[in-house]
Amino acid sequence: MMMFGASKADRRLLPEGRLAGPMPWVIAIMMFLTALAAAGGLAMESAAARLGADLGRQVTVQIVLADPAKRDQEADAARQLLARQQGVTDVRRIGDDEMQALLRPWLGDAGLERDLPLPAMIDVSLSRAGRDRLGAITNALRTAAPHARLDDHASWLAPLVSLIRALGLLAGGIVALMVGATAAAVVLAARTALNTHRQTIDVMHLMGATDVQIARLFQRRIALDALFGGVLGLVGAVGVILLLGERMREIGSELVGSIALPWTAWIVLLALPLLAGVLALTVARITVQRALGRTL
Amino acid sequence: MAGIVQFENVGLRYGTGAETLSDLSFSLAQGGFYFLTGPSGAGKTSLLKMLYLAQRPSRGSIRLFGEDVVQLRRTRLPGFRRRIGMVFQDFRLIPHLSAFDNIALPLRIAGVDERDLVTPVREMLAWVGLADRASARPPTLSGGEQQRVAIARAVIGRPEMLVADEPTGNVDPEMAARLLHLFDALNTLGTTIIVATHDIHLLSRVASANVMRLDRGQLQDPTGALRYPPRPDFGQEARP
Repeated sequence: MMMFGASKADRRLLPEGRLAGPMPWVIAIMMFLTALAAAGGLAMESAAARLGADLGRQVTVQIVLADPAKRDQEADAARQLLARQQGVTDVRRIGDDEMQALLRPWLGDAGLERDLPLPAMIDVSLSRAGRDRLGAITNALRTAAPHARLDDHASWLAPLVSLIRALGLLAGGIVALMVGATAAAVVLAARTALNTHRQTIDVMHLMGATDVQIARLFQRRIALDALFGGVLGLVGAVGVILLLGERMREIGSELVGSIALPWTAWIVLLALPLLAGVLALTVARITVQRALGRTL
Repeated sequence: MAGIVQFENVGLRYGTGAETLSDLSFSLAQGGFYFLTGPSGAGKTSLLKMLYLAQRPSRGSIRLFGEDVVQLRRTRLPGFRRRIGMVFQDFRLIPHLSAFDNIALPLRIAGVDERDLVTPVREMLAWVGLADRASARPPTLSGGEQQRVAIARAVIGRPEMLVADEPTGNVDPEMAARLLHLFDALNTLGTTIIVATHDIHLLSRVASANVMRLDRGQLQDPTGALRYPPRPDFGQEARP
């Protein structure tokens, strides 16, 4: 039935102008916070996945020997053995210059000039299969280079990934609370609208309007208000997210840089106002129909 | 002629007080014209409320259009209400809608297409003498004009039964005569008319009308037309 769907005549039945009440603005604030929490959660989840997948497949081999000749000899043996191992995708010995550049911020030029024995460092990249046979690789390494020490990045990244995942879950919880609060705001708005238009509803009821027809009047209005508030809140949140992204890039840290929003997350964020509209429509429909169901 | 309304031992009590209406048993014939009269507080409006399904009785049985409406599921009530036209004592026009939109409301509720409702609504506005007030809103209309809009709204959908509560209370005698003529014309087309009124002069204006009198919640039957079950020949007298 077209009645109360979208025609101008139907819209005139509820005269209150759009944005007249506080609901669109309340929804805008909630959407702003929801989008920020959702973006945070999605970015954390993405970062945790990336850290677990990429950095977790990195290991570093250190050979700590005071004698430079023996150190180089074991380093070469280790490098050659690692290169032959199944599941090892890349082996690279860190050069002395690079080592000194890494240590310079802590030791200073003076510290480096002292004949400081630096360990030989080898960066090793593993495939997923290589990650699974890390134990076998470690055993083989001990034979080829007895003074080699294997530093698994995953072991120190695990608590960090766990923390990031916990933050992601927290953000998810905040989103869930926001959804509940938005639904509650819609219930209040629908009840207020019902009271405001009680006279119109009574007359329509007595003329044979069904609960669904009357509910459609309210759900359409409330859904449009929620959509407007949702878009407004999302625009604000996207501005903040872009600003934060810019600041993070300026830090230049690989770890901080890993906290980024994938394109799928942007789609989720852009869909939030629509979801708010659908949520408002559904909640308004149920609220109005329940209230009408208590009348004759 | 079949009974369109049948009340059997109907009582109505608001809250825990005494019964407003007691032991109502009567039958109204389809196509009949009835006046409901009685002093203020006799229970006329309460009886009308039960007739237009705004109130369920506290006891007894009410059959409308051949079905028991006391036990009727709530979801079926709108279908019954669309068969009834109502003129409320306080008009109950929607204040923010124009006269045109108020009159068109029952048709829109019934799902009539916008293109198909313009002509009948304009004709109805012309009939009640408000052709030039189509876009006026109720607060800008006089009491009599509001009453005419309310009547036009009640009859626009050609209801099977029209229930009117003091429909001529705010109009001049000439307009009252015209409105009664409209009711009579509708009655000729088969609509059962029930008019509650204080105006004893009105009772003689429709020759075929039967009179129901309520007094302190009890129904009197001065014309003997309300017997339940009705006389076999009843209804033939309803129309001359």
